Amino acid sequence: MDARITLRVDGRVRPLALDTRTTLLDALRDHLSVTSPKKGCDHGQCGACTVLLDGRRVVSCLILAVTCDGAEVTTAQGLAQEGEPHPVQRAFLEKDAFQCGFCTPGQVCSAVGMLEEVKAGHPSEVTDDLTGPVTLDDEEIRERLSGNLCRCGAYVNIVAALREEAES
Amino acid sequence: MKTETRTSLGVGASAPRPDGALKVAGAFAYASDLWLDGMLWGATLRSPHPSAWIRSIDVGPALALPGVFAVLTHEDVPGAKFYGLEHADQPVLAVDQVRYQGEPVAIVAADHPETARRAAAAVVVEYEVRAAVTDARRAALDPACPLVHPGGNVVRHQPVRAGSAGSGAEVVVTGEYEVGMQDQAFLGPEAGLAVPADDGGVDLYVATQWLHVDRDQIAPCLALPEDKVRLTLAGVGGAFGAREDLSMQIHASMLALRTGRPVKIVYGREESFFGHVHRHPAWMRYEHGATADGRLVYVKAEIVLDGGAYCSSSPAVVGNAASLGVGPYEVENVWIDAYAAYTNNPPCGAMRGFGAVQACYAYESQMDRLAAACGLSPVEIRVRNAVSQGSRLATGQVIDSPAPLAAMLGELAAMPLPGPPAYAPSGSRRQGGSGARARGMIGTREEPDPRRLPGGVGRTTRGEGVRRGVGYGVGIKNICFSEGFDDYSTARVRVELLGGEPHALVHTAAAEVGQGLVAVQAQIARTELGVDRVTVAPADTSVGSAGSSSASRQSYVTGGAVKAACEAVRRRLEALAAADPGLSLGELLDRYGPVEETREYRHRPTVPLDPVTGQGDSHTQLALCVHRAVVDVDVELGLVKVVELAAVQDVGRILNPLALEGQIHGGSAQGLGLALLEEIQMRDGRVLNPSFTDYLIPTILDMPPMRLSILENPDPNAPYGLRGAGEPPTLSSTPAVAAAVRAATGLALPRVPIRPEDIALAHTG
Ligand code: FES
Ligand code: FES
Repeated sequence: MDARITLRVDGRVRPLALDTRTTLLDALRDHLSVTSPKKGCDHGQCGACTVLLDGRRVVSCLILAVTCDGAEVTTAQGLAQEGEPHPVQRAFLEKDAFQCGFCTPGQVCSAVGMLEEVKAGHPSEVTDDLTGPVTLDDEEIRERLSGNLCRCGAYVNIVAALREEAES
Repeated sequence: MKTETRTSLGVGASAPRPDGALKVAGAFAYASDLWLDGMLWGATLRSPHPSAWIRSIDVGPALALPGVFAVLTHEDVPGAKFYGLEHADQPVLAVDQVRYQGEPVAIVAADHPETARRAAAAVVVEYEVRAAVTDARRAALDPACPLVHPGGNVVRHQPVRAGSAGSGAEVVVTGEYEVGMQDQAFLGPEAGLAVPADDGGVDLYVATQWLHVDRDQIAPCLALPEDKVRLTLAGVGGAFGAREDLSMQIHASMLALRTGRPVKIVYGREESFFGHVHRHPAWMRYEHGATADGRLVYVKAEIVLDGGAYCSSSPAVVGNAASLGVGPYEVENVWIDAYAAYTNNPPCGAMRGFGAVQACYAYESQMDRLAAACGLSPVEIRVRNAVSQGSRLATGQVIDSPAPLAAMLGELAAMPLPGPPAYAPSGSRRQGGSGARARGMIGTREEPDPRRLPGGVGRTTRGEGVRRGVGYGVGIKNICFSEGFDDYSTARVRVELLGGEPHALVHTAAAEVGQGLVAVQAQIARTELGVDRVTVAPADTSVGSAGSSSASRQSYVTGGAVKAACEAVRRRLEALAAADPGLSLGELLDRYGPVEETREYRHRPTVPLDPVTGQGDSHTQLALCVHRAVVDVDVELGLVKVVELAAVQDVGRILNPLALEGQIHGGSAQGLGLALLEEIQMRDGRVLNPSFTDYLIPTILDMPPMRLSILENPDPNAPYGLRGAGEPPTLSSTPAVAAAVRAATGLALPRVPIRPEDIALAHTG
C-alpha cells in the first residue's frame, strides 16, 4: 500500500509517495537520492545510517518513513551551512577521524546529536547528579557514541575530534 | 627554473585527504551510492548447502515474475566458467555442484531490488546433499578424507628446513594453538554498477582493491577482449583483503550485457558475510627448544590453514605462514610445515596480515611459555632472541635493512603504564568524596566508575573478581608481494598550466580504500615537482596496473611509481629550463606546453621458496611492530576490558603522520578484535552468525587509548626509505592482548578469539 508523506530533508521540502513498509533510510537513499546516510547493515547494528530526526539522532534503517510525515530530517550533508562544514565535520577532518569514511556521515550525525544531548543535560547511565551539567570526558564520549561502528578503527581519532568539540 | 621547493604539504606533512571534505559531508560516492536512470538491480541466489550436487535448476518461476528482466545460470556465462586469483577454480555460477554455503548459483536482474530478491528466491534448485568436509586438518593430512576437488585437498604444503632437527635444547616448550575465522567486515558492503557499452563491452564501476586483476579475471568469463572491460574505482567503504577476490563483478556485467541496461548489485550485510573470503582459521602445533638462559635452539611447527572451498590466495598465505613462522627471532634450526587445505567451509583468502597473523599468535604464545620456563620476563626472552639487521631468517634470507627489534622492545617496556585499575584492591574499600572522580570513582558513590570496568555500564561487577594483566606481542610482516611475483605499479604524471598556475595531475589505478593513498600520491607529486596544486585522477583501467591495495604495498610501489614519473617529468622540465634559462616553471609550461610522463616501478625481485627446503629470498621488505596490552579481566564472568594499547613501529620514513597513526590504530583495533571478539562461527560448514549482532567487531568502547612511538630507520631499497605500515600492527596486537589476558587469569588460553566462557568456565570448572 502506498502512502503520501512529506519530509523536510536538509532544509528542502520533499513530498513522497511510497510503500508503507519503506524505511526512512530507503526513502532517503532510493526515493530521494539522498545517499549521505549509508546502509551498513539495515538492521540497526552499525549506525552508518544515523540521521537527525527533528534534531534527535536515530538509525534511519529502523524507522518507517511513513511515521516521519512532516518531520525535519538532517543528514551529514545538511549539517554544513552555506558550504562551510559543521564544526564537528571540521574536527573530524582535522583529527583524521575516519579512513574509508563509510561510517563517517553516521558518526558525524551521531556526534552532533550527542553534543546537543549533553548541552541539554541528558544524563547517561553513570550521571550522578541528574539535574546538573554533564561532564563530557573521553569515557563519556565513548559511552555515548558506542552505537556507531567504525571498521577502519578510527575510534582513537574520533574521541580526539570530539574531545576538542566538548572543550569548546 | 626551481623545482626543489618543499611545498608545505609534501612528503612528511599531515596533508589533508583530498577526499576528506566529501567524506565528512556525506557527499563522497561509494559503490553502493551509484545510480543511473533506468538501471536494473541484480540479486544472487546462493547455495544453502555446504556440499551438494545440483540435479536441476528451473528459472521459469523467477522469469514469470513481473519486473524481472533476466535470470542467468552457469549456462549463460559467455566465456570461461571459472575464475580465481591464483587458480581459476571458482565457478562464476555453480556448475553441477556447490562446495560451500553461499556459493552463487543463479543471478537475477529486475527493476526493483525487492523484486530481484524475490525472483532469486523463486528459482527452483534441486540439490542432492553430500557430506561436507569441514575439518581442515583431516583434509590436509588424512589420505582417507573425501576430496573437495579432484586434484587433492592440499592447496599448498610449504616446508621450511634449516639447520638440523632435534638439536639439543635444555628447555623445551610445546603448544597447540587455534585461530578462529575472522571476517574483514568492511562497513561498505560489496557493490558495483555495470553499464553496457556501445562497443559491446562493459564499463564497470566497482569497489575493489585491484582494478586490473579484476579485469583480467572478468574479461575471459565474458568472452571479451581486455579493452572492452573497463573498470573505474567507485568509492570503497573499507577493504582489508576482502575485495581482493571478485564478488559481484562478473555477475553484474553478465546481467548488463544480457539486458542491455545498467545493472547495480549491492550486497546486504548478511550476504556480505557469504560474499567474500575470510581470514584462514588455523591449527598450529609448535615446539620451541632453548638453552636454559632462553636462547632459541630450534623451532618446530605444523601450521594447517583452512582454505575453504576454493583456492583464492591460499598458496601465498601459506608462503607467509611458512616463511615468517618463527617470527622475528634468530634461530638456527627450523622445521616448519605449513599447509592450506580445501574444505567445504567458506573460501578463505586475503585479510590484513595475510598468513602472518595466525603464526604470530602461535609463536608469540610460545615465547611467553618459554619466558616462563626460563624464568625470564616476556620482554627479556624476546630481546635475547630478537633479529636485527644482518640476521638470517629461517628461509636463509638475510634482513638487509634496519630491524631494531631489541631497541623497540626496550622503548615499549619503558613507556609509562596506565593508572591503577578503577576497582578497589582486594581487602581495602575505597572511599568516595572529593577527588574520587580523578581516581575513577564516581561522585559521592562508594563504587568504582563502571565505564572503566569490564562489562561497562552493564554493571556486572563493582570490581570484585577483576584482575589486571599486561602482555607483549611482536610481529614481522613482509611488505609487497613475495615469492617471485612481478610486483609493479604504473603512474602517469602531467604538469600543465591551469588557470595560469602550474598544476600536476597524477593518474594511477591504485585503489584508495581508506588508507590515505590519494593524499600520499599528491604529497609525493608536490615534493618531487615543487608544485602546490595537485589533482589525483580517479583510478581506472585507462592507465597501467597499480597492483593491489594490499600487502601494505601501495605507498611503496605506487608511491615509487608516482615518484619515478615525477622525476621523469622534472628531468624534462629541467632540460627545457637549461635551454631557456631564466624562465619560471609557469613560463616554461606556457611556452612549451604540458609535460607528461608514465613510469612503471618495481621493487627488487624476489624468488619463490624452494618447495622442499623453503629456502629463498622470498620477501623484498620486512616490517616490525611491537605491542603492549594492558587489560582488566572479570575472571568470574570472563569479560575483558582492554585498558590501553601501546605500540612501537618502525616505518622507515613517515609520509603522512596523521594517516599513518590512523593505520596503526586501525590495525591494532582489528588485532584486538581477533583476540577477544571476532569469529565466524561454523557448524558442519554452515555460518551461524552472519550479522553485526552476532559477529562482533570492536566498538568505540572496546578500543582503548593508544600510546604510539613511530621510528624512522630508513630502508635504503625503498622510495624515501619507507616501510609499509598498514599490516604489522594487526599482527602484534592479537598476541599482546591474549598474553595480557593470560597474565590476568593465569589460564593457558590457546585459542583466539578468547571467549568469556574460556575464562569464566575455566575458573568455575
Ligand atoms: S544501516 Fe542502519 S544501523 Fe546499520
Ligand atoms: S572510516 Fe571506515 S568504517 Fe569508519
